[in-house]
Amino acid sequence: MDGCYFCIMAIIATSVAIFLIRLLHVLYLTGKSRRLKSPQPLSTLIVLGSGGHTAEMMNLLSVLQMDRFTPRFYIAAATDNMSLQKARVFEDSLLHKKVIKGSSAQFMQIYRSREVGQSYVTSVWTTLLATTHALWLMVKIRPQVVLCNGPGTCIPLCVIAFLFKVIGIRWSSIFYVESIARVKRLSLSGLLLYKLCIADQFFVQWPQLQRKYPRAHYVGCLM
Amino acid sequence: MGGTDSVSLKRIVFLTVGTTSFDALVKVADTLEVKQELTRRGYTHLLIQMGRGTYLPAESIGEDGLLAVDCFTFSSSIADHLSSASLVISHAGSGSIFETLRLGKPLIVVVNEDLMDNHQSELAEELADRKHLYCAHPQSLHQVIVGMDLKSLLPYQPGDATPVAKLINRFLGFPDD
Repeated sequence: MDGCYFCIMAIIATSVAIFLIRLLHVLYLTGKSRRLKSPQPLSTLIVLGSGGHTAEMMNLLSVLQMDRFTPRFYIAAATDNMSLQKARVFEDSLLHKKVIKGSSAQFMQIYRSREVGQSYVTSVWTTLLATTHALWLMVKIRPQVVLCNGPGTCIPLCVIAFLFKVIGIRWSSIFYVESIARVKRLSLSGLLLYKLCIADQFFVQWPQLQRKYPRAHYVGCLM
Repeated sequence: MGGTDSVSLKRIVFLTVGTTSFDALVKVADTLEVKQELTRRGYTHLLIQMGRGTYLPAESIGEDGLLAVDCFTFSSSIADHLSSASLVISHAGSGSIFETLRLGKPLIVVVNEDLMDNHQSELAEELADRKHLYCAHPQSLHQVIVGMDLKSLLPYQPGDATPVAKLINRFLGFPDD
């Protein structure tokens, strides 16, 4: 009985140790580019958000070469109707302009952790639901690149992407562009991703933020 | 300013609150002093896009010596209204702001103080500091209109996403374009 107990404890302790070592290793590699000779196209997750977020994301996508970022997966919150529509229009325009040959884009919706004004008690349950849904989507997609720019929906997705790196399910590069509307203070999403060192590259559009958050890259205004 | 004068130049003030509800702004735009000041400055029409707001401004065809007032809730694209405006008064949403600046229209951004965590005011204040627009609160709108000198506004150079694209490509090992 004692031997059995000891075995189980040893396995748990070893697993935790391996996990922690792997976590530190991934954190060490965060932000370090892994250059390959002639890189293949990378499956890309694009997180959309209401208001200016999607407009800014479309602006960024229009200067990226789409044959490098394919297949593309667009995710927006379930209550956001406009964003996926804008993404579809964008993908259609790529087909029209013959930038891409076939449609390689998928559009998905994700449950929100918390709606504006929702009680915190019910939020615990909805956050669990949203996280489970995020996990389900991420297992299906397993992206190699994650592009996001601020909406709360990106947090569970980025955290799961990071966990996938630690556990070894899929290596990915996570890019975060803080919204142009953030001049002096980061958004909550930005702050979390910055402090937890989850984003490989963290971009800000105003110099004041770069002074406050030195690991960020100042890239000027995108709009 | 007769309605029968087909050659009269329309100078439209377009007020937009986007998809929000911003009754405080619509109310103050509907006041006599604001309408008088806009009329004094030669504007002929005030078009109010009121979004989800519940306050209904008084519409007018302008026979009372003041500019004509018209309003609507939403439109699928405000681009046409922005293009035909001589002055834009907008809530502090980044989409409205940059759409207007890119069209080169003079802009007064009004910050909604009722919003919690008003990060929007940071953007409006920064762009006002850089003299690309005027920034106001509903209570100070009249003052700002009285004191504004639109010729002193500096044109906004549209932004560029290529620096980000370059960094992302380099990080992923893709060759520079």
